[in-house]
Amino acid sequence: MATLWPSIEPLLDGVSKPARYIGGEQGATVPVHGEGKVAWLVIYPDTYEIGLPNQGLQILYELLNERPDALAERSYAPWLDMEAAMRAAGVPLFSVENHLAARDFDVFAFNLSAELVYTNVVNLIDLAGVPIHAAARTADDPLVVAGGHCTFNPEPLADFVDAFVLGDGEEVVGEMNEVVRDWLATGAGRSRPALLEAFASLEGVYVPSLYGVTYDGPRLTSVTPRTPQVPERVVKRTIADLAEWPYPKRQLVPLTEVVHDRLNVEVFRGCTRGCRFCQAGMITRPVRERPATQVRAMIRSGLERTGYDEVALTSLSTADFSSIEDTVAAVVGGGCGDQRVSVSLPSLRVDAFTVTTATQIAHARRTGLTFAPEGGTWRMRRVINKLITEEDLYGAVDAAFSNGWRRVKLYFLIGLPTERDEDVLGIAALARRCVEIGRRHHRAPTVVASVGGFVPKAHTPFQWFGQDSASELRRKINLLKDACRGARGVSLRWHDPEASVAEGLASRGDRRMGAVIERVWRAGGTFQEWSECFDLGRWEEALAAEGLSFEEIAHRERSGDEVLPWDHLSAGLHKDFLWGDWQDALAQVSVEDCRWTPCYDCGACTDAGLEHVVASTTPPAGGSQGTGQDLSAGGRVPVHLVSAPGDR
Amino acid sequence: MAERLRFRFTKLGKIRFTSQRDVARMWERALRRSGLEIALSQGFNPRPLLAFGLALPTGAESLAEYLDATLVGSAPVELVELADSLSSLLPEGLAVSGVGVLPDAAGSLQQEVTSCTWELEVLGVTATELARRVGRLLDAPSVSVRRERKGRIFDDDLRPSVRSLGLLDPAQGANTVRGQSTWLGAETATQPRGVRPRELVEALGTEVVLARARRTQQWIEHDGARHEPLEASARVADVTAPHAIERAS
Ligand code: SF4
Repeated sequence: MATLWPSIEPLLDGVSKPARYIGGEQGATVPVHGEGKVAWLVIYPDTYEIGLPNQGLQILYELLNERPDALAERSYAPWLDMEAAMRAAGVPLFSVENHLAARDFDVFAFNLSAELVYTNVVNLIDLAGVPIHAAARTADDPLVVAGGHCTFNPEPLADFVDAFVLGDGEEVVGEMNEVVRDWLATGAGRSRPALLEAFASLEGVYVPSLYGVTYDGPRLTSVTPRTPQVPERVVKRTIADLAEWPYPKRQLVPLTEVVHDRLNVEVFRGCTRGCRFCQAGMITRPVRERPATQVRAMIRSGLERTGYDEVALTSLSTADFSSIEDTVAAVVGGGCGDQRVSVSLPSLRVDAFTVTTATQIAHARRTGLTFAPEGGTWRMRRVINKLITEEDLYGAVDAAFSNGWRRVKLYFLIGLPTERDEDVLGIAALARRCVEIGRRHHRAPTVVASVGGFVPKAHTPFQWFGQDSASELRRKINLLKDACRGARGVSLRWHDPEASVAEGLASRGDRRMGAVIERVWRAGGTFQEWSECFDLGRWEEALAAEGLSFEEIAHRERSGDEVLPWDHLSAGLHKDFLWGDWQDALAQVSVEDCRWTPCYDCGACTDAGLEHVVASTTPPAGGSQGTGQDLSAGGRVPVHLVSAPGDR
Repeated sequence: MAERLRFRFTKLGKIRFTSQRDVARMWERALRRSGLEIALSQGFNPRPLLAFGLALPTGAESLAEYLDATLVGSAPVELVELADSLSSLLPEGLAVSGVGVLPDAAGSLQQEVTSCTWELEVLGVTATELARRVGRLLDAPSVSVRRERKGRIFDDDLRPSVRSLGLLDPAQGANTVRGQSTWLGAETATQPRGVRPRELVEALGTEVVLARARRTQQWIEHDGARHEPLEASARVADVTAPHAIERAS
């Protein structure tokens, strides 16, 4: 096992951003390999600057390196120029700590935060010199496992990945390590199937090769265990108490610029706002808060250790954290160290109360504030259960502009269930109205309306919905463009509808998508999250070659009795709860947050014997529904709250 | 009284692949952790008042980078301690090798540094051939290089900025994965226009490849004599970081 650094170093003079490949982050562990230690390579299948800050990956990295019987190094997808240089020089995928070849590790653990990275997963397995198909690997090949939100429909990657982990990884990673350790100790002659069966006996671990799939024509008819030893239904893992897991304790501080380059402290996990489009909110229930004293301690030690001057309090809706005011006050009031520190809340609730709290401590960097009303009309917002009234929004926007912000950014989805053109046009009307409100306070306020095409996700009430086609999304964007024409102060931005459609294939496809992903990869389609690399044509050709269609996988509305590709997996939510919520959506009936209203038995707590862990039983002041945006998707501009220069 | 400190530091090993901006951020974090209070700029988004001198190209190493920091108050008494503590707070490969308190009259590094010395490891041609090409470059009245500025391409003459160029001790060469290397020594002026090591090596012919560049000194020239930038300081602590090179590579 020798470092590849002497072969890697000469390549770095000729590639963009070479610091992506050198490691050396503060907080990194450079482990010593040896007998009795399972060697994990944790891999983020996108660029270093996107992957490095990923908190889930950092938590597992630390937990593994704390164990005497494990070690972990990291790897990221090399950018196109570096991959070409590596392949030309015969350099395989490598770790950034010891710069070892990926093949020197026992386990590859991928983090799957977005569906469009799937072709990168295949590419990285190949770049590692490992057979891409799980079925072709032998006992001498590394195991390929994956975790992260996308594993709630893992079927499109079933051909390539040996085992998927559903839910929180903190506990199960240790159990998996023990299984691999014992298996490695059995020495020569050990069999891979024995290991996979041992994996499948762990709660929350899904081994796709142990399940058989049947079809009837284009339709999936069943996914069932091949052997009686594996469960018919794999249920996600949930850690009951976040306080037991104050990780990362040593957040990585990169040497080069990355996204979210700041201290990140997770204040709670889970969300029960009940936004029907939001997979993150549905699959991470129930709400588990971190005790405020622990949050403060993590901020204090984190700032001291890293030298950062900014901390983000992360969760799916941080304004709902029951100790939010005290925590923010402590940070900017110097209670977490004596430095000038700014706070950012990656998700703001849409109400004036939140803005006022924000403003009390924000005296600088007041450039832009972001809200996510998601739907253009009240009717639409009731369908998606994002219960923000126009008064809430206008109140928040008025508060923002009157407190000195000059730019407000609004996030919307189009292509939602039951959507009519008037709902789409409502987006333009809201944006225009917000500019008018801004004019009361400034000469030239700006309102950015950012519009994304909705992609239905597994384990949400919208999992049955027929996604809009790219041309329909494009038509709606054009409607909006016309409606915003000549509207001073309104700036419209939109996400590529074709990328939304490809994401839809990967998010709700079944095992047959594996061959499509492989074809797209073979045709050179990596980095599909990146607009300069994305080409829908490759997906169209691959689908056609496999006899599949967008219509069948993405655009068709599914019926209630249809077998869904993820029915054998559970995020804790009862299917009849989801179906009922889907029917409610169609009838424009909303549901309330179960933190503060009686439980409606979605299954997340009741089946797992869990309860919400919330410090306060009263809903936060301001009352309105929250944003619930999917942080794992990234790209949503966080709000900065900064203390005044004199404020210490 | 707000005093200014001048730091000299190394950039060696893998960290050479980080950019000048990256290094600035590493310093900001290390200074915050050190507790040394740096003055902030005025304005909308106040930044610590730190001034780095000549930019070091990404990929190049250095034994002599400099940074001027404006303090809120006066400089600490124990400069050696300060240097050592900052070295321990900076990432591997960056280490403080000297620090001094600047006199009020001292100008900025950007204005004052007149030349720097480089060691360049090159591949692609034999030492004898390299010597011949070096001689030819030095004899030439002008050496034109193609450059891009603001999207426009034009030719510059780099010859006036090459103060000296020659082969170093052949024993320094190494047998690398890409073949036998030879080390060159060069002194380049910052005026009329700076020269990047890569440009200098490219001017020796297309087969010559730059494997590694290491800045060894920066100089401030006045009254016909060269001075190391810390010489201007009233109080100087020279901290040799003997293990810096081995530790980082
Ligand atoms: S089980 Fe009840 S309390 Fe728990 S998340 Fe579901 S609805 Fe809310």
